[in-house]
Amino acid sequence: MTPALAVTGLTVSFATDRGVFRAVDGLSFSVAPGETLAIVGESGCGKSVSSLAIMGLLEGNARVGGDLRLAGQDLLAMTPEARRKLRGADMAMIFQEPMTSLNPAFCAGNQIAEVLALHRGLSRHAAYEEAIRALDQVRIPDARRRAAQYPHQLSGGMRQRVMIAMALACRPKLLIADEPTTALDVTVQAQILELLDELKRETGTAIVLITHDLGVVADHAEQVVVMYAGRAVETAPGEAIFTHPEHPYTIGLLGAAPRLDGPRGRLASIEGTVPDPMHRPPGCGFAPRCPFAVAECTVTDPALTMLAPGHAAACLLAPLEAA
Amino acid sequence: MIGWLLRRLAQIIPTLLILSVMIFGLQQLMPGDPALILAGEERGDPVVLAQIRAELLLDRPIAEQYFVWVSKVVQGDFGFSWRIRMPVSQLILEKLPVTFQLATMAFVIAIVIGVPLGILSAVRRDTPTDWLANAVALAGISTPNFWLGIMMILFFSVNLGWLPPSGYVPLTEDWRASLATTIMPAFVLGSGIAGVLMRHTRAAMMTAMAQDYVRTARAKGMAEGVVVLKHAFRNALIPVVTLGAIEFGRLLAGAVLTEQIFTIPGFGKLIVDAVFNRDYPVVQGVVLATALIFVVLSLVADLLYMAINPRLRQA
Repeated sequence: MTPALAVTGLTVSFATDRGVFRAVDGLSFSVAPGETLAIVGESGCGKSVSSLAIMGLLEGNARVGGDLRLAGQDLLAMTPEARRKLRGADMAMIFQEPMTSLNPAFCAGNQIAEVLALHRGLSRHAAYEEAIRALDQVRIPDARRRAAQYPHQLSGGMRQRVMIAMALACRPKLLIADEPTTALDVTVQAQILELLDELKRETGTAIVLITHDLGVVADHAEQVVVMYAGRAVETAPGEAIFTHPEHPYTIGLLGAAPRLDGPRGRLASIEGTVPDPMHRPPGCGFAPRCPFAVAECTVTDPALTMLAPGHAAACLLAPLEAA
Repeated sequence: MIGWLLRRLAQIIPTLLILSVMIFGLQQLMPGDPALILAGEERGDPVVLAQIRAELLLDRPIAEQYFVWVSKVVQGDFGFSWRIRMPVSQLILEKLPVTFQLATMAFVIAIVIGVPLGILSAVRRDTPTDWLANAVALAGISTPNFWLGIMMILFFSVNLGWLPPSGYVPLTEDWRASLATTIMPAFVLGSGIAGVLMRHTRAAMMTAMAQDYVRTARAKGMAEGVVVLKHAFRNALIPVVTLGAIEFGRLLAGAVLTEQIFTIPGFGKLIVDAVFNRDYPVVQGVVLATALIFVVLSLVADLLYMAINPRLRQA
C-alpha cells in the first residue's frame, strides 16, 4: 500500500546572517493511512520545522531538500500553487496554540466553512451546514450554537476541537498535529488525543503527531521517531520505545536508564543543551551530553542502524544491552 | 447593546459641558475688546461703547454671560453673529456642507492612497517596494500643506490651466465645477493623512501577518491574497479606524491654511475671521459644533470597532 506520507532524506536549512544552518538533516520516515507516527524531541530539535516543511509553510529563507511524497505525489516537484491546493484538502495541520491559531474576527463556523468552500466548491450556505456537521463530528455539543460563536467565547479545548474539525473537514490523507495538547489542561489533553484516535479510525487519515511528551506517545502512536539536533536518532514501533529504548537520548527522555555498570545508572534529567546547529560537534551530536559516551563517540558520527525489524538507532553503543 | 449606546450617549453631555466652559474661558483670555472693534469709527464715544456692552451683556459678570449662552445653546439657539448680523446656526449650516465635502474628498483620497500602500509595504517588507512606499508616505507627511497648495495652483492652474486656482462652487449647483474647485485642496489635505495612514496600516499589518491565525489560514490552503486581505487586514483595521476617525474629525474642524490658500468658504475660514473680529458667538458656536462632530465621530469609531472585533460586542 502507498504510504500516506513518505519522507526520505528531508533536509531543511536556513540562510541567516551568521551563515547557513541546517535545522533538519536527513530525516526519513513513512506513515500508512490510518496510522499515527509520533515525532518526539526537545524544543529546537527540528520537529516543528520538519512538519512545516512537509506542509510547505516555511518562510522564503528556508531551503528544503530530500523527497516528500503525499500518497505517492512528489510534493517538492510541484508548483507552489499546486501545493497550496493540497493544503487543507489532502494535508492539514493543527497547531500548539489553539488560543491564537483561530482568527478572532470570524466565528468558528465560518472559519471551517471557508475550507469547504475553497476545496469542495460548496456554496456559502452549504459549507456552513457542513461546518456544523464537522463540529458535531469532533464531539462538540450543540454544534449549531457553537458554530456561530467567536474564538474568544470558546474554551481552549473547544478551540482545539474547532481546529481539528477545520483540519479534517475535507477528509485529508494526512494530518500533522504539532503539539496539539501542550497548551491544554491534562484532562482535556486526554480527550483531544482520544478524539484524534477515534477520527483516525473513522476517516483513515494518517497522523503525524509532534510532541515532546513520551507519555502521549505510549497510548496513541504506532511508530515513533526520536529526533535530536535535526536528526532521527531512533525509530521504533510505539511499544518498543518503552520496552527496549536503544539510544541514550531516548533513555534520557524516558528518564530511566538501564543499569549498565552498577548503581550509578539513573538519569533524572538530560544535562546540557542541544548543540549550536552552526557549530555541530564532530562525531555524535549527543556525545557531549551522553552519560555513556566513549572516546570514539566524539570522532565517528553514527548512522541510523537497524537493530530489529522496524527498530533503528543511531548510536555506536547500540544495542545497549549487548554493551 | 442598547444600554451601551444609551450610556455612551449620556457620556457626551459632561464632555460637552466641560468643553463649553473651556471654550468660554479661553475666549476671555483673548486680547482686544469686542466693543471697541464693533464701535468702529465711534470707538472714542463712551456712550456708544457702553450701549454696545449693555446690548451684548459684556458688562455682566462672566459667569452670568456663560449661563445665558449655555441656556440658549441648550434650546438650540447659538446666538447671533455680532459682525455678520446672521444667526450663528445659519452660518454653521452654510459652511458645514462646504467643509464636509472637502473633508470627505480628502479622506477618500487619503484612504485610497494610504491603506493599499500600507498593506503592500507590509507584505513586501524590506524590499524596494516597501522602501518606495515609505518614501512616498514620508513625502506626504513632511510636505507643508500651504507649499503643496501653492505649487499645485502654479502647476495645474497657472501653467496648465486645467483647474480653477481658487473659489468654490457648491455640489448642488454644478457638480463638475464643484469637484474642479475642491480637488486640489482635497488632495493637499489628503496627501498628509495618506502618509500617516500608510504608516499605521503598515505597522498594524505587520503585526497581524505575524499572528498564528495567518499561518492557520495558509495551512488551510487559502490564496495569499485572501490571507492578506481577509484574515490579516480585518484584524489590522482597528488602529486604522481609530486614526481615521481622528483625522476625519480634524478635517471637519476645518483646514485653516488650505481653505485660506484656495479661498474655500468653509469652517476654517469662518473661525479665523470670527477670531480676528472678536465675534464671540461665532467662535463659541463653531468650536462647539466642531467638538460635537468629534464626539459623534468617536462614537462612530466605537461602533465600527464592535463591527470589526467580535470581542467588543458583548461588553
